[in-house]
Formats: sequence, structure tokens, C-alpha cells
Amino acid sequence: MLNKDITVSSAPHIRSGMKTRKIMYIVICSLLPAGMAGVYIFGLSSLKVILISIIACVLSEVIFLMLRNKDPKTVLDGSAILTGLLLAYNLPPEVPFWIPIVGGVVSIMLGKQIFGGLGHNIFNPALVGRAFLQISWPVYMTTWKNPRWALDAVSSATPLAREGSKSFTYMDLFLGNHGGCIGEVCVALLLVGAAILLFTNIISFHIPASFIGTVMFLIWVFGGKGFFRGDFMFHLLAGGLVLGAFFMATDYVTRPLTKKGKIIFGIGCGVLTVVIRLKGSYPEGVSYAILFMNAVVPLIDRYTKTKVYGT
Amino acid sequence: MSKMNFVHPPEFKESTRHRKIEQLPPPKKAILPLSQHTGAPSEPVVNIGDIVKTGSLIARSKGFISANLHSSISGKVVAIEQSPHPVIGSSNAIVIESDGQDLKAFSETGKKVSSVSKEDIISIVKEAGIVGLGGAAFPTSVKLSPSAGKKIDTLIINGAECEPFLTCDYRLMLEKSKEIMLGVFLIAKALGVKDVLIGIEDNKLDAIEALGSALFRLRIAEQKVSMRKLKTRYPQGGEKQLTKTLLNREVPSGGLPLDIGCVVNNVQTVFSVYEAVYMGKPLYERVVTVSGSFLKNPKNLLVRIGTPIKELLETCGLDVKQDIYKIIMGGPMTGVAQYNLDAPVIKGTSGILVLNRASSEPGQEMDCIRCSRCIDACPAGLMPCMIGVAARRNRFDIASTYNPFDCIECGACGYVCPSNIELVQLIKLAKAKLKKS
Repeated sequence: MLNKDITVSSAPHIRSGMKTRKIMYIVICSLLPAGMAGVYIFGLSSLKVILISIIACVLSEVIFLMLRNKDPKTVLDGSAILTGLLLAYNLPPEVPFWIPIVGGVVSIMLGKQIFGGLGHNIFNPALVGRAFLQISWPVYMTTWKNPRWALDAVSSATPLAREGSKSFTYMDLFLGNHGGCIGEVCVALLLVGAAILLFTNIISFHIPASFIGTVMFLIWVFGGKGFFRGDFMFHLLAGGLVLGAFFMATDYVTRPLTKKGKIIFGIGCGVLTVVIRLKGSYPEGVSYAILFMNAVVPLIDRYTKTKVYGT
Repeated sequence: MSKMNFVHPPEFKESTRHRKIEQLPPPKKAILPLSQHTGAPSEPVVNIGDIVKTGSLIARSKGFISANLHSSISGKVVAIEQSPHPVIGSSNAIVIESDGQDLKAFSETGKKVSSVSKEDIISIVKEAGIVGLGGAAFPTSVKLSPSAGKKIDTLIINGAECEPFLTCDYRLMLEKSKEIMLGVFLIAKALGVKDVLIGIEDNKLDAIEALGSALFRLRIAEQKVSMRKLKTRYPQGGEKQLTKTLLNREVPSGGLPLDIGCVVNNVQTVFSVYEAVYMGKPLYERVVTVSGSFLKNPKNLLVRIGTPIKELLETCGLDVKQDIYKIIMGGPMTGVAQYNLDAPVIKGTSGILVLNRASSEPGQEMDCIRCSRCIDACPAGLMPCMIGVAARRNRFDIASTYNPFDCIECGACGYVCPSNIELVQLIKLAKAKLKKS
């Protein structure tokens, strides 16, 4: 009765609609509000940084895919765009144009493709790029700009570097009315994006909750003059904690697999962030903390397997 | 005790849930495979040229885990040969050509059953060739005769029907509620248990009501039967998931529900036990849901075992001009894709589904992005992606450290995987390779 081919493949024969590409584009969309806030606060120069970074990542992805004899259409999965976006969000608004180019190439090549492409990298690619730039050109990476409406256009430091001078209200920090990286300043809109990711079940609360909780607790205990007097709200709102905890530490490829593992990972990130912020010479600790914990993920995975039914 | 994970695929039950069970006319030619149950194939007791009636024994069980096979039509045995099989491709089968009369080998008059003993019930079930009709086709008489050391305290009746599209159990519960209840009492008697739990998902509230009112009318003092409403989620109807949900007991790894004092039977199996004991009728027909993305008339059909799949599809108005992508026996989560529509309906066939490209094209496989969706979906608490990645690289030594043998092959991991990785297939591969070595 049927004189045409029918397909034979193994079960299941229906699939949920949530595909890798869709996940990537939802994450990209969830990041857009905070980026638009950054452009509004710092001006069009930051839009330029964002676009250059994305283009650099996408082009180096295509080139590297071709060098590896892979289908260059793989770039459409959206992961390179996401890496470019996250890298730009971690850059100061007025870096020279070649900084995001170098950062994008390093992110994609050394951060991702050299390990085998999407799914195989050990470290968060955008953070690899950022760390490379931070070490190579520290002056460009720490030259900050004040919001457009501020009286002195160029400021010397972010709120974290000036802790204690207390020139910022919590509301300033929450809305992004201060100097900092393009994507990290507007905590309010970062939280909107985080809510999108939580509601669509793209991320779970385990990593952000344990990461942020650990930072706030340790800052409260050790961050002030004497115990239990630290300004934990300041450390939550200033710097890259919210961006890092919701959008970088939750990167699927470079975080542990199980719920237990995710909580250990989040606590580890939190402890390292606080150690770097309080004891290190560098005021911001989130990205190095995440990178360090990325390296420990295989070990965490090995010791946090799931509980099997009937065992 | 671990917490169980579930997934929530769309139900697709609307198109057949209101379709009353219709009898499909007996086929002109029936193909009756000798292995349509778990265990050893049965052994033919007829020869080519023999005349058989509907319900005549044609092959006898061989060994402890095996089942009898009966003719589903009356006519002449024309061949005993390799024939298409819907699950294993091809197998030895007895082929019977109909004489068009459908003469029965048993009398359908009601019997006095109040005097049947425990042993009688078990031997009638064994003679009637009854196997689990939920899909696994495990011989029911084996389940009803646990070894002396095993104490059974609870009988669980599985009316969950958690696979999308399928409504055959649901229709049977609505239309044959009294018979199912009588069957429940028979099985409880055979096992000598007092407690019976009937689990039905909450998308079938009217079935709960129908069985509940049948229970009320038939109430037997010595049985404690309770109806349990289950959440609609997949795979709620898995044996191991049911024992955990209803009794909070976990079947030990590698074990059976018998090991924790339970016996689980599907409602359709229960109905065939009723028919065997009350009417002397062996298992030669069953209810099959015929549905899918674009059949004109999706139906629930009472089908003779051995009827070729294409006859069911013709009855339901399959338009061959449409974009037919896959034809599946069973549900969409665990069913088997068919390539030969001459393959017959067997005892374990719960549905025949026709799916179009849009609903069932798997999509191109990508590398695992470690999203952990499969881990959060696995009802057995496994890490499917780790087994899958290891199996892909032929590292079955690594795969073995992630408990592949505890996989129940429900398909939840493959359903949620955003990278379209054939996780169930890879886990099955790992199992096969590890068994060999």
C-alpha cells in the first residue's frame, strides 16, 4: 500500500522543542536589556565594542571551523554570538577597537575551538578572552568611564576599587549609575534577564544562589572592620557578581552536571571571589574565581554522581 | 531514597479518547510469531495443513518463562516459516488462512467461578497464553506464581497509560469496568493478597470514576481495593515508578517488583484474565489505539493477534499520498518504527501510530553541551549523557561506571536532549557490548 520510503529510527519518536540553538538565542535575548542599559549609560562607544566583539567571535569561529574541516554553518548555533556578547559585557566601555578583536579571537580559538568546539571546552571562552586581555593590557582594561551625565568623564576606578569612600548609594549601584564594564553595571536589567532564564528552565537556581549566597555571607563576616560588619549589599551590587553568577558560572559546558555538583561549584566560586576581592591586589574577583572553578569541574563531576533508583 | 524525575510530553490523546472500541473484522491471513513474549519462543503443536478454530492452541510454551499461543482465526495452517515481526524484524511464525467462518474453539457461556481455586486461576491464565499487555509481554502466570520465599502483600493495577497518543487502556476501563474489577479479584485471589491499589493518571478521571463505581457495586468483603489518582507525567506507568509512587518502595537494582512484595499488572492484562476464567477465552485479540499526526479516522480497535498492520491503517483511512514519515508500533516514547506493513499485531502491541515529518524528525545530532536536561529527566536517576558520550567513543569501560543496566529505556532523556543525541540507543548499545564482554 505504501510505495515510498518511511523512516526507521530508534525511540523516542517525539522530541521536546527546546533545541541547542533555541537555548543560545534565548540566553542572548536575556542579555540584551543589560547591554542596552550599558549603551545608554556609557554612550555609543560601548555599542561599537559590543558589535566588534561579536563580529570577531563569529568570524574566528567560521575560520576555525573551516580549518578543522567542520561545517561552517555550525556557527549558526549561536554560541559564538553569545561568547562575543559576554566578552564585550566584561570590557570597559572605551577600550581601543582592537581590544575586542584580540579578545574575540582568543576566546574562540584558545577558549573553545582548540578543545574541539562547542561542548568540549574546559574554560568559559569569554572569560578566557577577558583574562588574556587583563594580563596583556592591564591599563586599557582598567581605564573606566563615568556615565554620560557625570561631570568628570573619565574616572580612575570602579566602585569596588574605591570601597570605603561611599560615594555611591545602593540605588546608583542597582541601576548602573557608576563606572564599570559595559554589561555588568545595570544590575536591575541583569536580574530581568536572569528571571527569563530561570522561568524558561534554561538555568537552575543552584549555581547563582550558592555563588551569591556564599559571597554575601563571607563579606558580611569578614568584609568589614571587625567580624559581621561587612557591607554585603555593596559587594552584591558593585562589580560583576550578578553577571557572573547568572550568566557566566551557569554556562552548561563548563559547570558541573548534577545539582549537588552545581552547589559545590557555586560555593567554590563564592569563596574564591571573596578571597580575591578582600585579599588580592585586584578589586574584582568574579571572573578569575569562575575560571579557577571551571578547572575543578571534572573532579566535582566525578564525586557528585546522581543517586540511582534501586541502589 | 532518591527523588524520581519525570517529563511532560504533550498528550495527543484527544483524537482517540472519545472513540469507542470497535471490532476489526478477522483478517484473511493471520501471522502468529512464535516469540511475542519475554522468554523462550513457544513450540508449534500444529502441522501445515491442520484445520484450527479461533482459540485453538497452536504453540505450547517451552520452559518456565514462555507462553502458549492460540489461533486468532479459524482456518487452515498454511505455513510455519520466517515472517515479518514488528519488533525483531523477522521470526518464525505460524501462518493461518481464514475459512471466513470464525468458528470458536471454546464456548462463550458464562461459568460458575465462585469455586475456582488459586491454583485453577494460575493454570487457566497459563493455558490461555496471557502475557503483560502493557508492552513488555512478560508471561502473567509467572508473575502470579512467585517462588516460595517471596511474600507478596500488594497487587498494583496499572491504569496509568502514560505514553502519549495511546487511549486503549482508558477506553477499556470505561467500557469494561465491571469485567476489569472481576479480573482484579481473580488476580488478588491467585496471589492471596488483600491490598490492591489501582493507579490511574489524573487525565483520566472518568476512568477512575467508572472503576470506582464498578468496585462499589461488586464490593467483596475480604479485598481492600483502593483507587489512586496519579499525576499525569511520563513514565508514571513504569513498574518501578508505580511501586515508588504508590508505596514508596524501590525495586532493587536488577530485581523485580516481586522482590519488594508487589505484583504489577496492566488493566488490559487484567481484562484478559477475566475473559479466560469467566469465558474460557484464550488471549487472541486485544485493543489497539490507531492514531497519529494525520489519520482520517483514528480509532480504538479490538484486533485479532496476527492481523497485518496495514489492515488497521486502511480501516482508519490512511492517505498514502500524505507526508508519512514514520509508522510506529507502540507509543511514541518507546515504540518501534516499522518498515514492513505486513508485520502483524502481536500480544504486546498497544498502538499503531503514523507520524509526519514535523512531529517526529529527530533533527541533526550535535555534540553534547552538558546541559544536564537528561539527568534532570531520568526517572531511574542515571546520567544518560555520560553513558552516551562514553558509548560514542567506544569507551564501554567508562559507560559501565554510570549504571547503564538500571536504564528502563523509557526515552525521557532522548525526548529532552536539545542536541538530538540518540541517548537510548547509545545506552542500549552500551548494555549489549557490556553483556558480551
